[in-house]
Amino acid sequence: MKGHALSLRRLTKRYGDFTAVDDVSLEVEQGQFLTLLGPSGSGKTTILMAVAGFVEPTDGHVLLDGRDITPLPPEKRDFGMVFQGYALFPHMSVADNVAFPLRVRGQSRADREAKVRAALDLVQLSAFAERLPKQLSGGQQQRVALARALVFDPNLLLLDEPLSALDKKLRAELQEELKALHRRIGRTFVNVTHDQEEALSLSDRIAILNHGKLVQFGGPGELYERPRTRFVADFLGKSNFLQGIARGPDAAGMLLETPGQGIHVRFAGPVHMPRDGGRALLSLRPEKITVLNPGETAENVVEGTVRAFAYLGAGFSLVVETAHLGEIRAVLPAWQSPVAPAEGLPVRLGWAADAAVPVEEDAA
Amino acid sequence: MNASGRASLGWWLLLLPAVALVLFFYVAPIVQVLTISFTEPEPGLGNYERLLTSEGVQRVIFTTLRICLLTTFFALLLGYAIAYAITLASPRARSWWILAVLVPLWISVLVRAFAWVTLLRRQGLVNNTLMQAGVISEPLPLVWNEFGILVGMVHYMVPFAVLPMLASMREIEPRLLAAARGLGASRGQVFRQVFLPLSMPGVIAAGVLVFIFSLGFYITPAILGGGRTLMVAEWIALQILDLIRWGLGTMMATMLVVAIMVTLLVFSRVVDLRRMFGSGGG
Repeated sequence: MKGHALSLRRLTKRYGDFTAVDDVSLEVEQGQFLTLLGPSGSGKTTILMAVAGFVEPTDGHVLLDGRDITPLPPEKRDFGMVFQGYALFPHMSVADNVAFPLRVRGQSRADREAKVRAALDLVQLSAFAERLPKQLSGGQQQRVALARALVFDPNLLLLDEPLSALDKKLRAELQEELKALHRRIGRTFVNVTHDQEEALSLSDRIAILNHGKLVQFGGPGELYERPRTRFVADFLGKSNFLQGIARGPDAAGMLLETPGQGIHVRFAGPVHMPRDGGRALLSLRPEKITVLNPGETAENVVEGTVRAFAYLGAGFSLVVETAHLGEIRAVLPAWQSPVAPAEGLPVRLGWAADAAVPVEEDAA
Repeated sequence: MNASGRASLGWWLLLLPAVALVLFFYVAPIVQVLTISFTEPEPGLGNYERLLTSEGVQRVIFTTLRICLLTTFFALLLGYAIAYAITLASPRARSWWILAVLVPLWISVLVRAFAWVTLLRRQGLVNNTLMQAGVISEPLPLVWNEFGILVGMVHYMVPFAVLPMLASMREIEPRLLAAARGLGASRGQVFRQVFLPLSMPGVIAAGVLVFIFSLGFYITPAILGGGRTLMVAEWIALQILDLIRWGLGTMMATMLVVAIMVTLLVFSRVVDLRRMFGSGGG
């Protein structure tokens, strides 16, 4: 067994009156890639630091393979960690940086050399072993930090915004490398980020946090397709929100009654079901909306006029003003657009009944 | 003369008072000292010959070097502990610590030397307390010897040791220390393998500063040495003021300047001096 399972049980951290982490519980299976995703101040880093042992929880427990490790200091946990800004030791060569975790564990020189070589091979930096960190580019430093965190066969790999300091292109490259690395070594990874694309592309499991609370926990597809609250729908990708009164909700679907028209909703999976006759909120992803050709129809059709548009190369982003539903954003591939958009152009928008999902308002 | 030439002449004129000041008050006296050392009592290298032949001259030099090295060692040791404590302290505690380090600097070196005399003399606070406690039966010789000089000089030098080391320690990213622990290092290992090496530039800077300062120390050794242990500065004063041997005195003064220059030269190859004395470098 290579990876380890991590559980957080009712983890809470308070600083005076401020609650940084509020009763968070979650389970990560061995070998999974977990991402803690949230805006700044959502408590994601505090959770990571509690897992690493740098932050002592006010309440709750951290378990590794079912064993309570909450009282252990960081150096006894055997977790590899990649810090924000990498935290490479500036006075040591790349090889010495990578050898550091082995040296403090008292491993012999021969063992160290072999493992350092293997770790540097893993991140393709063998040629740079004798350089100092400051002689490397940001992406290379990042890879040294990864090699250093992995060289001692850690129980877990913790990543604190590992890609945030890199430019966009490099970030995309390293995302792929990180994902390939995770596949190859099969360890359990815990990553912290505020970048929703990074979270979606890397993770097996995403924990979405806001104001210290765990808002939703699940696989990337599940979270994107069936967000539980408005915050999740808004933070993970973009979303339109349609408000109205729920009519006749059952296991199959419901009707959202809005001032101008009814909107058909078919539930594609388990969702938060609104009360019959109560207020309800729908999340509708912009890319699930199409502009209809004349004569074409869809399960839901709304008429409006283009108020703004942007050409994105691969597609168009439209803001359409509707009579009763307010502004609706749609993103459509350029080749699928029946007309070249222009401001003031009347259009008919359509979407399938299973495109929209009911979400809860977040508790204030 | 074109406009830019006139402008640059203007700048040079502005520098003139400073240049004159340095020439008149520093360069001229040093040149004069150098001249006297080669001409009094008779022209030639006679005074410098004494470096090789006179046991008295050699003894003064070795005493001075020994005391300076010991002072540097103990000032660094104490200073490091203090700087380390300040670095780890909370911001509030830190400003109190720094104040505590700086306050002694504002007290006259004379006052401090006499304060040590009252503490360390035969009937002083230290000896009296130890005798009353029955630890010793005879007063310990704590002052008017090398030990007394060392105590006074280390006390004076500690702030000068603390400040460069503190600056160097505060440049160390706390994240590096956390990273080291996260990678499995114990507190001791973090200190030895990360903190200590990263603070070394400060230690070297503090060492050079304290050593150079100690070489020319006059008042503290004069008072706490009681005339029995002579260091270079006091010996020079003795030659010139009491024995009217200008040649010998200026020879030793020249040697002192040379010793300081050599120390700086050696360490300028190891560390960035401008940065060490706080100008530029960042």
